[in-house]
Amino acid sequence: MELQIFMQNLLNALQWGSFYALIALGYSLVYGVLLLINFAHGDIFMVGAYLGFFIATFLLGQYAFGLPFALDPTIIFIITLLFTMILTAGLGVTIERVAYRPLRRKGASRLYVVITALMCGLILENGNLALLGASRRSFPELLPKTVYDVGGLALSNTKLLVIVATLVVFVLLETIVRKTKLGMAMRAISYDRMAVPLMGIPIDTVIVFTFVLGSSMAALAGVLFATTYPVLEPYMGALVGWKAFIAAVLGGIGEIRGAFVGGFLLGFVEIFVAAFFPSTLRDLIAFSILLVFLSIKPTGIFGIARATKI
Amino acid sequence: MLEVENLRVRYGNIEALQGISFHVREGEMVALLGSNGAGKSTTLMSIMRLPPPEGPTVASGSITFNGADLLPVAAHDIVARYGIGLVPEGRHIFGNLTVFENLKLATFARKDTQKLPDDYERVFSLFPRLRDRRHQRGDTLSGGEQQMLAMGRAFMSGVRFILLDEPSMGLSPLLMQELFRVLKELNEAGTTILVVEQNARIALKYAHRAYVLEAGKIVMDGPAHELARNSEIQKAYLG
Repeated sequence: MELQIFMQNLLNALQWGSFYALIALGYSLVYGVLLLINFAHGDIFMVGAYLGFFIATFLLGQYAFGLPFALDPTIIFIITLLFTMILTAGLGVTIERVAYRPLRRKGASRLYVVITALMCGLILENGNLALLGASRRSFPELLPKTVYDVGGLALSNTKLLVIVATLVVFVLLETIVRKTKLGMAMRAISYDRMAVPLMGIPIDTVIVFTFVLGSSMAALAGVLFATTYPVLEPYMGALVGWKAFIAAVLGGIGEIRGAFVGGFLLGFVEIFVAAFFPSTLRDLIAFSILLVFLSIKPTGIFGIARATKI
Repeated sequence: MLEVENLRVRYGNIEALQGISFHVREGEMVALLGSNGAGKSTTLMSIMRLPPPEGPTVASGSITFNGADLLPVAAHDIVARYGIGLVPEGRHIFGNLTVFENLKLATFARKDTQKLPDDYERVFSLFPRLRDRRHQRGDTLSGGEQQMLAMGRAFMSGVRFILLDEPSMGLSPLLMQELFRVLKELNEAGTTILVVEQNARIALKYAHRAYVLEAGKIVMDGPAHELARNSEIQKAYLG
């Protein structure tokens, strides 16, 4: 493969990996704190993309009611991003409150909570289908597409935005989890849940904080994804969600850097398999490779086996 | 300060405490003695209001602290609002955090942040070993060091009343003496202490008063020096 083509694929892989990484983060954070695989998370990503769509089209004045003044599309993009993240965080917290917390209070076994998460995801998908119908929506173009020529490589502004945003999120989250008391509490819960309230820390606050982080990152992924591939449909979160979950496991679930490395790894494998083989074989080959990888290192890249804890 | 009246609790269908009453006055150091399974840990878990599966369900009776009913209070508020802390059996330190992070986490709910530097200094002077190891992960500490960290954490959470569950377990006799000396020092500086122990000898040496728990009931109580001379106690617990 020529260097030029290799580098171009590398950029594409970084972009795809970014989406997986941002979503994988939510799986990983929630798992770290609750030991729960939040199977609704892919659909939270989907709801994020839709919320972004509605906020953006509203701000663009595409409804009968709207703002009395016109905004610059870049400003609209920023406002859309912020509000989508806030609202989606609200959705994540609501699901926690309504579906997971009651089960936790009753001391239900984790199997039931995972099944509940699956059902929540299906409710979000089918709720969307019932409310909005099966027709696809197209996300408005807020950032006029510019393509930079970097040494013969085509780098679009959205691609750059996706990659940079993901790297910023990585640094930000690592800092939160390493340096803040809430972040420390998140790590502490994953090690020894019983002792956390003995530090005067309300466990529910830490859990809500975790869902806020995870869901707002899924919303960020949703808006960025819709900006890059502007077609929205109710099942868009299902496959991407599954893949992001696989990415989280590959990296070592419960670890922030694991989510990022796993996300990028999955992006690379997919893009480079597609570069050599027909695209219909992409997922088959990609996941076969990952299956072999996991059979060699079942705890993922950064994961450590939990021998005795929890 | 702490009043427990006719407390009955159960784990599932098993009645672990069958109506116990005791009290701890401000500034006291009180020991709760008894053999394995007598209900000592259960008593502490009940006071801390830890939810199941660790904590028991209260069937009847009351737990009050300076007149306030503790039964409806959540565990984190027992620590943050009422100033009661627990050093649990088995220490339960956070092995994936450093020693310093463990201590810092304990200050989560504290409002008097201007006192924190002095308090860290106090913990490090009580347990110099923790200062040396403050950047080490908790799970690299020895059992004795973990016990020190667990006590340091309780101190950093700013509580005025500390409950300890089997602090001497797994420690060498020398470390055990050291630990109780520190407890005595904290007690003399104004911290009220309720300590659960299987090692009656050392507990009776340092405590003011003691209660003896047997199969979920209090069977004996009195000043520590009197209980230490009691022939039944000597036979059952002091060998």
